Amino acid sequence: MATANTVLWEEVVPGGNHWSGILRRGTQLRFTDMKGGANVSLSLYNRETTLERLNIPDTLKGQHTAFLTTGRVCYSDMGRVLCSFVEDSVGWHDALCGPSDAHDIAARYGERSYATARNEMFRNGRDGLLIELGKWGLGKRDLGATVNLFSKVTVNDEGSLVFQPDNSQAGSFVTLRFEMDVLLALSTAPHRLDPESEYAPAAVQLLLERADEVAPDDVCRLNCPQNERAFINTERLYAR
Amino acid sequence: MPAKTSPHPITMNLTESSLDPSAAIVSEVCPPGEGWIHLVKSGQTFRIEDLEGNQAVDTLFYSADNPDDRYSATNTIARGGSIYLTTGTALYSEEGNVLLTITADTCGRHDTIGGACSAESNTVRYALEKRPMHSCRDTFLHQIENAPAHLPQLTKRDLTANINFFMNVPVTPEGGLKFEDGISSPGKYVEMRAEMDVIVLISNCPQLNNPCNAYNPTPIRLLVWEGV
Repeated sequence: MATANTVLWEEVVPGGNHWSGILRRGTQLRFTDMKGGANVSLSLYNRETTLERLNIPDTLKGQHTAFLTTGRVCYSDMGRVLCSFVEDSVGWHDALCGPSDAHDIAARYGERSYATARNEMFRNGRDGLLIELGKWGLGKRDLGATVNLFSKVTVNDEGSLVFQPDNSQAGSFVTLRFEMDVLLALSTAPHRLDPESEYAPAAVQLLLERADEVAPDDVCRLNCPQNERAFINTERLYAR
Repeated sequence: MPAKTSPHPITMNLTESSLDPSAAIVSEVCPPGEGWIHLVKSGQTFRIEDLEGNQAVDTLFYSADNPDDRYSATNTIARGGSIYLTTGTALYSEEGNVLLTITADTCGRHDTIGGACSAESNTVRYALEKRPMHSCRDTFLHQIENAPAHLPQLTKRDLTANINFFMNVPVTPEGGLKFEDGISSPGKYVEMRAEMDVIVLISNCPQLNNPCNAYNPTPIRLLVWEGV
């Protein structure tokens, strides 16, 4: 699927960095892990009214899952589909842990400032996301739980979180198809539970393509009745 | 409805409180489908009592001095290392501050993954026709739109992922997420000490479509004690 789709643009986000942009309904963004062990913490908003945004609890309980992969979608708080996981070579993307913050990064790697390391400084997920959100007039009150692409965290019988290393290799990819015009903000800083002792987050390639029209038998739409209803809610937003 | 046995072992961490309800400075009943907003001061102890059992209590906390710094489910989970909340759990804010610490818990497990029900999420989860049913996010909005003047004005931007006290949402090792019958029963309670001045925002869940309330939403009691 999607191998013959028109490529609209591509860009590489270095590890630890941050990015944001508007992605249009009917396009799809392929994320490729360029080194292995990447993490992409992302947050999503309806660009027409950013008060409508990614809601992780609704996303998880609606699909009876604690993680995301092919066939699953991201719900907004208004019961619509922001984006769909149409392709995934990884199989598990974390949605429980949120972005890393300055505390997490300093505790694991120490601190490295711009003054001493220039652009090799240590950056964290939360601050990167907040910088990007600030560019669109959003801030701390607008940042909640994120999807953490390429990262896998399981929950054992006692309820404890377990980070699973080697979930993603160089060349691993996942493709999100946008069902709404969205504002997307992301950080490629390390996952907060990644035990890797060296700060060396992987770069991630972004490749935007024109998406095929959502077919009646679309794998995401038919994944569960909840998704079918969320797609109906989304179509109603764009009805004209 | 009869209690079912969870397929997943529940590690109970039951801790009773020595506080006397007759000494509480606040003791109010919140009916099902209603909300509650209250300033709890640093050092005070706050208790939620599940009066009739199996009730879900959707709860958010904000730093009273800086409401942008609000409860963070992800920080609470990631820093605590567990998805379940119980005695000893620190309830973290977005900025990494401890808002409250759970000091007593006779239920043993509380959820912070499931979030709050809403008219819109009900259309997705159950049927498009369910939109008119009352929901927690409606209650949250009504509470903050009618909050007392001495409390900071909150808006929809401030409604983030919440705690569901007394609700049981197990995650399997394979990543499945389930809504199971509650493990609470009449008179069970959870108690927490405020580590700073906090605003408590509650929706006593009116959900009729799933077993989080045993299909029968019931009242809760909210109590506050002065610090010792």
